Amino acid sequence: MSNAVVHADGHGHAHATHHSALQHHFDTMAQQKEAAVVGMWVFLVTEILFFGGLFAAYMVYRIWYFDAFAEASRSLSLFWGGLNTAVLIGSSLTMAMAVRSAQTNKRTATVNWLVLTMILGAVFLGVKVIEYADKFEHHHVPGYNFQWASHEAPAAGAPSTLLGAGEHAPATEGAAAAEGHRELSLNADQLQLTTQIYFSLYFTMTGLHALHMIVGIGIMLVITWMAWKGKFDDQYYTPVEMAGLYWHFVDIVWIFLFPLLYLVERHV
Amino acid sequence: MLDKLKIPDHHYLHDGHSLRSWLLTKDHKRIAIMYLMSISVMFFIGGLFAVGIRFELATPQGDFVTADTYNKFFTMHGVIMVFFFLIPSIPAVLGNFLIPPMIGAKDLAFPRINLLSLYIYWIGGIFTLYAMISGGVDTGWTFYTPYSATGSNTNVVPTAIGIFIAGFSSILTGLNFIVTIHRMRAPGMTWFRLPLFVWAHYATSLVQVLGTPVIAITIVMLAVERGLGFGIFDPARGGDPVLFQHLFWFYSHPAVYIMILPALGVMSELISTFSRKTVFGYSFVAFSSLAIAVFGFIVWAHHMFVAGISTYAAMVFSFLSFSVAIPSAVKMFNWTATLYKGAISFETPMLYAYGFMGLFAIGGLTGLFLATLGLDVHMHDTYFVVAHFHYIMVGGAIMSYMGGLHFWWPKMTGRMYSEFFSRVSAIMVFVGFNITFFPQFVVGYLGMPRRYHSYPDEMQVLNVMSSAGATVLGLGYVLPVIYFLWSLKYGQVAGPNPWGASGLEWQTQSPPLTENFLKVPIVDREPYDYEHLVAKEKHLV
Repeated sequence: MSNAVVHADGHGHAHATHHSALQHHFDTMAQQKEAAVVGMWVFLVTEILFFGGLFAAYMVYRIWYFDAFAEASRSLSLFWGGLNTAVLIGSSLTMAMAVRSAQTNKRTATVNWLVLTMILGAVFLGVKVIEYADKFEHHHVPGYNFQWASHEAPAAGAPSTLLGAGEHAPATEGAAAAEGHRELSLNADQLQLTTQIYFSLYFTMTGLHALHMIVGIGIMLVITWMAWKGKFDDQYYTPVEMAGLYWHFVDIVWIFLFPLLYLVERHV
Repeated sequence: MLDKLKIPDHHYLHDGHSLRSWLLTKDHKRIAIMYLMSISVMFFIGGLFAVGIRFELATPQGDFVTADTYNKFFTMHGVIMVFFFLIPSIPAVLGNFLIPPMIGAKDLAFPRINLLSLYIYWIGGIFTLYAMISGGVDTGWTFYTPYSATGSNTNVVPTAIGIFIAGFSSILTGLNFIVTIHRMRAPGMTWFRLPLFVWAHYATSLVQVLGTPVIAITIVMLAVERGLGFGIFDPARGGDPVLFQHLFWFYSHPAVYIMILPALGVMSELISTFSRKTVFGYSFVAFSSLAIAVFGFIVWAHHMFVAGISTYAAMVFSFLSFSVAIPSAVKMFNWTATLYKGAISFETPMLYAYGFMGLFAIGGLTGLFLATLGLDVHMHDTYFVVAHFHYIMVGGAIMSYMGGLHFWWPKMTGRMYSEFFSRVSAIMVFVGFNITFFPQFVVGYLGMPRRYHSYPDEMQVLNVMSSAGATVLGLGYVLPVIYFLWSLKYGQVAGPNPWGASGLEWQTQSPPLTENFLKVPIVDREPYDYEHLVAKEKHLV
C-alpha cells in the first residue's frame, strides 16, 4: 500500500471515494475518526478511575501515617525520580512530534520520532529497574523480608518486631481519629508497619504505571511497523494519534506519582 | 395469512455456517447470540448452587453439606450470577443485538472490540470455573478483607482474577455502546428519537465505564496483599478493611444499576408496544435513567452502616439512598400512565412486564426500609436483605430480561415460540418467585441471618416454602430452554414485525441482514409513534 490510497469504489459511482482504511460500517473517514477519538477518551476515563482507586487508598494512608510516608519517601532517590520525570516529559514531546509527522505525510520522520519515544520509554523502565533493585537490597519490598531501618528512629529491637508487628499495630480508625493523625514520634515498630504500607502503595502504583509503559511500548512497536509500511497519511493517522493519547495519559499518571511518592515533605 | 410468511433467504445466520464464521465474526448479532449461549450456561451453573442452598435450608440442621461447603455454595452462586450472568445479561445479549438496528446503524462502532469483549468474558469465566472446580471460594461474593486477604484458604485469587478479567469485557461493552450511540445514529435519529431502551443502555454504559475500573484496581490490591504479602487492607499490617468495603461498594453498588437499568429500558419498550401507546413523559423516563446512574454512584456506603463508618456519613448516605427512589418511581408512574387507556394485550412479554412492575415495586420499596439507617442496623445481613435484592435482581432484572428475550426472539431467529407454554412459564416464574422470596422477608424480619447453613426449628415452615417455591421457579426457567430450542426448527415464521411494534429494529426483516438494513434508514418520526401505527392498521382493516 502506498501513501494516500484513495480509489473510487467498485461500482464506479461518482459520489463516493473510499479510503482503504475505511471500515464497512462507517460512512465516512471523519465518522470513523470521531468514533475512535470518543472511544479513546472514554477508555482513558476508565484508566483514570483504575488508578483513582489507588490514589484514594494513598490519600487515606497518607493522612493517617503522614510521618511514616514522609520518612519512607526520603529513602527514594530524587535524582532517579527527577531524571525519569524529565525523560517521560521528553517522550511526550517526541510522541507529539510523531503524530504531527504522520499528519503531514512524513513517513521517515514518523518512524524516527516513534523509535525515539520508545527509547525514552525504555530508559524510564531501565531507571525503574535500578530503583527497584535498590529497594530489594534495602529490604524495602513489602512482605516477609520487609525491614525499615530508620535514619532517625533508634533501631532498638527492630529485627524482632517482625513477628510481633500485629500486636503493635497503631489503632486504625478509632484511636487515629481520636488522637489526630500526627503522631510525631513514631517508634520503630510503628515505622516498620506503616512504612510498609507506603511501600506497598509505592510498588503497586509504580508497578502498574510501568506495566502501562510496557503495554505502550508494545503498541508503539506495532504502530511503528505500520508507519514504516506507509499505512498512514494525512487522511488516516488515527492509530498514531490514539497511541499518542495513551502515551500522554501514562505520562500524566507519572506527573502525579512523582510528587506523591518522592516529594512528601521533602523540605524537612 | 401467516402461511405466506417465509424466512428470508439471506440473513445474518446464513452468512457463513462454519465454526470459524462464528468465532471470528464481527457481526454484533452473532456476538450477541454467542453471549446468549454463554450466559445461559452460566445462569444454570449459578442456579445449581442455588439448588444446593435451598436443599440445605429445607431442614433446620446443617445436614446436607458442611458449613464450609455451604459457604462455597453461596459464594459461587453470587459470583456467577452477579459477574457472569446479571451484569452481561441484557447489555451483552439484547443491547448488543438491538442497539445498532434501533439507531439505524450497520454495527457497533468497534466490532472487533465487541468480539474481544466476548473472548475476555470467556477467559474470565474459565478462570472462575477453574477456581470453582479446583476447590471453590468461601468469602462471599463481596470478598471482604481481612478474611479474603489473610483468613480464607480457598481459591480467592483465581476467582478474583476471573472477575477482574470479566470486568474488562463489561468495560469494553459499555465503551462500545457509548461511542455507538454518540456517533453511529442514522440520519434523523436525534437523541430524543432514541428508543428508551437505548437511553437506558447509555446510562448503563456510563456506570460500566466509570465503576468497573474501581473494582478492578480493588482486586489488584487484594491480590497483591494476598499473593505478595503487601500490606494494604489488613489491620494487622496497619491497613484499613473498611477502605476495602468503600472501594468494593463504589463499584458494586452502581453494579446493581448495571443490572437493573437495562431492564428498565426493556420495560419501556414492552409497555408501549403492548398497550399501543407512546411512552408517557418520554424525556422524563429518558433522564430518569441518567439520574439513576448518577445517584447510583453516591449511595454506596448504605452497605456499610454497621461496618463502623461515621454516624454522620451514614446519615448522609441514608438520605442519598432515598433519592434513588425518585427517578425509579418516575419510571413506574410513567409506565402506569402509559398503560392508562391503552389497548393492552397479554402476550408473554407483557406478562413478564406486568410481573416486573409488581416485583420491582416490592423490591424497590423494601430497599427504602434498608436505606433507613435505624432499621438497617436491625435488618442488616438478615434474609430481609436477601429477599430485597432478589426482588430487584431476579424479580426485576431477570423478569425483564426474559420479557425482552421473548419479545425480540422472533427478531433474532425469525420464528415464534409456543405462546401457550411461554405464558405457562411466565406465570410459573412469577408464582415460583414469590413463593421463594416472600417468606424470606418474613424470616429475615424475624432475625434469620444470611449465610448460615442451619437455623432455629421455628423458621422451618418459611424455609420449606422458600425451597418449594424455588423448585417451581427453577422449572419455570427450564421450560423456555425447551420451547425456544423447539421454535428454532418448528416455530411459526414470525415475519418482520409480529407485534406491530414501532421501533426501527422491526422495520427490517427477521432475522435481519448482516448489515441490518438494505440501505441506511432515514428517521422522520418520533419514537413510539403508535397513534400513527394504529391509524394505519385501522385504515387497512
